[in-house]
Amino acid sequence: MSGGETIRASFKGVLGSFSLDAGFTAPAKGVTALFGPSGCGKTTVLRCIGGLQRVADGLCIVAGEVWQDRDGAFLPTHKRPLGYVFQEASLFPHLSVRRNLLFGAPRHGHDDGRAKIAFDEVVDLLGITALLDRSPAKLSGGERQRVAIGRALLSQPKLLLMDEPLSALDRATKNEILPFLERLRDRLSLPIIYITHSIAEVERLADQIVLMDKGRVIGAGRLEEIESDPALPLAVARDAAVTLDGVVEASDTAYGLVTIRVRGGVVTAPAGSAAIGERRRIRVIAGDVSLAREAPAPSSILNVLPARIVAMKAIDANEIVAVLALGLDGLGARLLSRVTRKSWEALRLAEGMSVHAQVKAVALAPGRGELE
Amino acid sequence: MLGIAPEIWVPIKLTLELAAVSTLSLIVVATPLAWWLARSKAWFKEAVAAIVSLPMVLPPTVLGFYLLIALGPDGPGGAIASLWGARTLAFTFTGLAIGSIISSMPFVVQPIRNAFAAVGDRPLEVAATLRASPARAFFTVALPLASPGLLAGAVLGFAHTVGEFGVILMIGGGIPGRTRVMSTAIFDFVETMRWREANLLAGAMVAFAFAVILSMILIEKRFARARG
Repeated sequence: MSGGETIRASFKGVLGSFSLDAGFTAPAKGVTALFGPSGCGKTTVLRCIGGLQRVADGLCIVAGEVWQDRDGAFLPTHKRPLGYVFQEASLFPHLSVRRNLLFGAPRHGHDDGRAKIAFDEVVDLLGITALLDRSPAKLSGGERQRVAIGRALLSQPKLLLMDEPLSALDRATKNEILPFLERLRDRLSLPIIYITHSIAEVERLADQIVLMDKGRVIGAGRLEEIESDPALPLAVARDAAVTLDGVVEASDTAYGLVTIRVRGGVVTAPAGSAAIGERRRIRVIAGDVSLAREAPAPSSILNVLPARIVAMKAIDANEIVAVLALGLDGLGARLLSRVTRKSWEALRLAEGMSVHAQVKAVALAPGRGELE
Repeated sequence: MLGIAPEIWVPIKLTLELAAVSTLSLIVVATPLAWWLARSKAWFKEAVAAIVSLPMVLPPTVLGFYLLIALGPDGPGGAIASLWGARTLAFTFTGLAIGSIISSMPFVVQPIRNAFAAVGDRPLEVAATLRASPARAFFTVALPLASPGLLAGAVLGFAHTVGEFGVILMIGGGIPGRTRVMSTAIFDFVETMRWREANLLAGAMVAFAFAVILSMILIEKRFARARG
């Protein structure tokens, strides 16, 4: 796991009354969400990666470059090729939007052969062309945060760190920025570490997730794996769900439905539009999946998927969450199903058993075509 | 100057020269000091702040007394003066400038320190994440954001130097044409019962003080608007 194209971070230390002992490895591509309740140490970890905070026992290696090691090496923040987006936009109030955007842009001769993120591209991507000559004081909260993201991108980072960039915004503004973040993820080949305590943001943006609690990492991996791991809190949460990436296989405009292939199965979901071959993300809530031992008789439920029970865990005295792997061979994508203990016993369900998962609802994340 | 006697305008000219030299030196010395006081975590920093603030509380005669000794032939001032063949810094323009700088220091350091403190950590952290070295962050972020505080410090330092009396008198500010500034000139005129001349200079001081206070209020307002 110590290959060049990964991010390794590990920080240990006591900060006031808080003890931090968090380490994880993430691939240096896609969005890695740092997720956990407030006060769990997410921000401290991000500040340590950024070099804004220093713990003596720290290790941080990004794509082969040592930013901090246990022998005392410590690269100061301004020498780390990173972008940092804070919770509040923190624009420089004495500079125009344009000069804010260009503050960190390499001025001359700093060509290290990497593809540059162009000014016009960023301004266009974030929809801030009309704001360039304004003062930050005259921008709305959402506009400010977009400028802050653009400013971080134009410093040509090799890693983008985002500390709850949406949490200070109201719901409408959040919904205005989320599509920009999705475009960012899809268009730029830039690894992002994204802090949030909102599972909805994780489900929309993240490829990997690092789960934190009380200063420790309790799980890290692909989103689907962590969401469906019965040993971790997400799978047994009241609103447990699994997020899967799939490819659009067919689109039935007459009924407003699309067919999406995920590993080990095909699901049908309501959608406005979708292009064949497009990558789309679906979300299935554990409470919307029921289990049958035999193939059920035709019903109004569109999605009936053969699957295998690979694990189970009692949530409380009366409810059980079952982890399913799609496909007759039980090797496909994971789903969660929440069933009552009474049904579990009546159907004599058990780990390893083949079942039919009936999915009442499949939510489709908005596709690229619907954002613009 | 038409119709105004040299004994009136020479002290005015000297006062303005002294205030200009002191203010420029104060900004150069007080800005890094204020930056350190605002950002350092050293345990002794408040002790340093207290020493810098002493002239605000000490009677000017006490401060002037120690300055007189320090600037005199047996003090460090005398040693420095011997470099160019003089015996003492007391009773000289240089000595007056040194005295003014020390006695006005707290009035300059305080507003600049407050302004730096108000800038906070975040803008500097942001600058660092945008590859700005600490020096570049200081000059392109901290200094512009604290500029109203620097302006306020400069105005207060200038005004305080113009108004200083006790310290100046103690370190020899009474020699006509060399160290006699406005405040000591007024004192001399009153002692010799020359009310007209005293009135002229005192009136000029009142007008100046009014201008200073008005400009401070306007700076304050601009500061508040820029923040909002």
